[in-house]
Amino acid sequence: MSTLTSAPDVAAIRQRAHTMRRHVLHMAEIVGQGYVGQGLGIADLLAVMYFSELRFDPANLKWADRDRFTLSIGHYAIGLYAALAEAGIIPLGELDTYGADGSRLEMSAPETTPGVELTGGSLGHGLTQAVGMALGLRLDGKSARVFNLLSDGECQEGSTWEAAMAGAHHKLDNLFAFIDCNNQQADGAPSRVMGIEPIDKKWEAFGWHTQRVNGNDPAAILHALAAAKAAPGRPHAIVLDTLMGRGVPLFEQREKNHFIRVSPEEWTIARSQLEEAK
Amino acid sequence: MSTTAPAKGVTGSILTSATEGSANTANAPFGHALVRAAEKNPRIVGLTADLGKYTDIHVFAEKFPTRFFQMGMAEQSLVGCACGLARTGFVPFATTYAVFATRRAYDFIAIGAALGRANVKIIAGLPGLTTGYGGTHQGIEDLALMRSVPNLTVIDPCDATEVAQATTAIAEHDGPVYMRLLRGQVPVFLDEKTHRFEIGKARLLLDGADVAIISTGLMTGRALEAAKDLAASGVRAAVLHVATIKPFDTAAVGALLARVPRVVTAENHVVTGGLGSAVADLAVAEGLPIKLRKVGIPDCFCESGSLPWLAKHYKMTAADIATSAHDVLK
Repeated sequence: MSTLTSAPDVAAIRQRAHTMRRHVLHMAEIVGQGYVGQGLGIADLLAVMYFSELRFDPANLKWADRDRFTLSIGHYAIGLYAALAEAGIIPLGELDTYGADGSRLEMSAPETTPGVELTGGSLGHGLTQAVGMALGLRLDGKSARVFNLLSDGECQEGSTWEAAMAGAHHKLDNLFAFIDCNNQQADGAPSRVMGIEPIDKKWEAFGWHTQRVNGNDPAAILHALAAAKAAPGRPHAIVLDTLMGRGVPLFEQREKNHFIRVSPEEWTIARSQLEEAK
Repeated sequence: MSTTAPAKGVTGSILTSATEGSANTANAPFGHALVRAAEKNPRIVGLTADLGKYTDIHVFAEKFPTRFFQMGMAEQSLVGCACGLARTGFVPFATTYAVFATRRAYDFIAIGAALGRANVKIIAGLPGLTTGYGGTHQGIEDLALMRSVPNLTVIDPCDATEVAQATTAIAEHDGPVYMRLLRGQVPVFLDEKTHRFEIGKARLLLDGADVAIISTGLMTGRALEAAKDLAASGVRAAVLHVATIKPFDTAAVGALLARVPRVVTAENHVVTGGLGSAVADLAVAEGLPIKLRKVGIPDCFCESGSLPWLAKHYKMTAADIATSAHDVLK
């Protein structure tokens, strides 16, 4: 069982994030393409969650008192699988099957995969269900919390704001939303597709305790979590500014990196860039 | 548009499901049955999207205020939230109108509830022509939409007795359910002592060898009336009530089709994709040589009007069922 008993070890979290990035490159290389940019960009948050913040038991995934980490953006699965493997929830070797026919590790995470709390991917679902989970846990008198990861593009879905209203109306301070702002969606930058800024002001206006931090800085995320937990009576929004492909300049610099196609020789470059960046 | 003068009090008819000619009624059978189920099972919770009073769940909300969640006019949030509650071990009953549940929150029912078999109960008011409001409020194609969603159980009860029994049954059933709601003063014609609702089971309410009337929802009351009229003219009609549209009771329906091949289906729903289509699918799959007439809403959005006028205008009355029976016997 993972519980936070002492001050978080930021260096250890960074090391985990680095290892998870290796897993992301490994999975994507087998498939030859995929949501590599998202997996690399979100590794720091997932390392903070699975190696510092979340209370869970890898041996008892249905433990009723566990914190729920819910992935609304199903295509970030590549990042989540890396975290689940590192956390001992799925076997490390199973990562080789990412995206393969018949594999449990589908490109968009299904709830049938161990450690996946709900089926995201149809964007705008995750937070609505997270609200229900937070209501349910509170009704049961449990101290468990619900964390939802959604994206900047997902803030274009009306249901996200229905859920935002509900979370604030029901004063769900056991609910935390991370909004990953990597400035890329399927058709390009949100500012060109459908502008969402100022996104932090919107969450604040909807009644959420809101912060905006560098989502590739584990220390900043930890600090924001501590501040959120000290603000009772409201749900918590933490807007994360992240860099797609973080840790691999080859991918960071790609203009269109929502879904990356990689030529075979580029994987060698990517792997060495990741190790150099450490 | 019709040239006949509109009936007075058209919009008032949104408030009730009562159909013409019903002598006995029961008040809010769903709300009261849900309270009884919730007294036994503390995991039952209720939600609505600003339609508590109009879906009878206010009865539950008054009795169990801490187990009731108002979600506002936000149907995606309503269904998604219910799915989240189910994932924390609760048995959520979420109410709104059929049009809003199925048209506005379809993806949330399909992916949130059905895909992972979340234990969510969607209770959908104003099915078919039970409201005088027009196309915006009449849930005329919901059965077709819901019937095509994998893992979902779909129920259309016929009277207050069955609404109450179905509520009890779905509270005990583990899995996602879509149930059409008859609310307000609801007609009673099934005897609660002898009728037994069971998910997935059709009930032969009347046997007859000449024509098979296969009905669901409130059309079953009209089917029984039609059978009475047909008997007076020497036609013996069977009435098979199919309350569960999915899973479809292929055994009971198939047995009746094999025995009585002149068939009329009757549903408070468009004739595309609902009960009539399910019967036709089965007949073709089983190679049963039936002759079929479908009584239901034609392929159109309906006008506003009083309920009796709407039933006549769209040929949904007991007399229309009897006419179809005579027609199928030709």
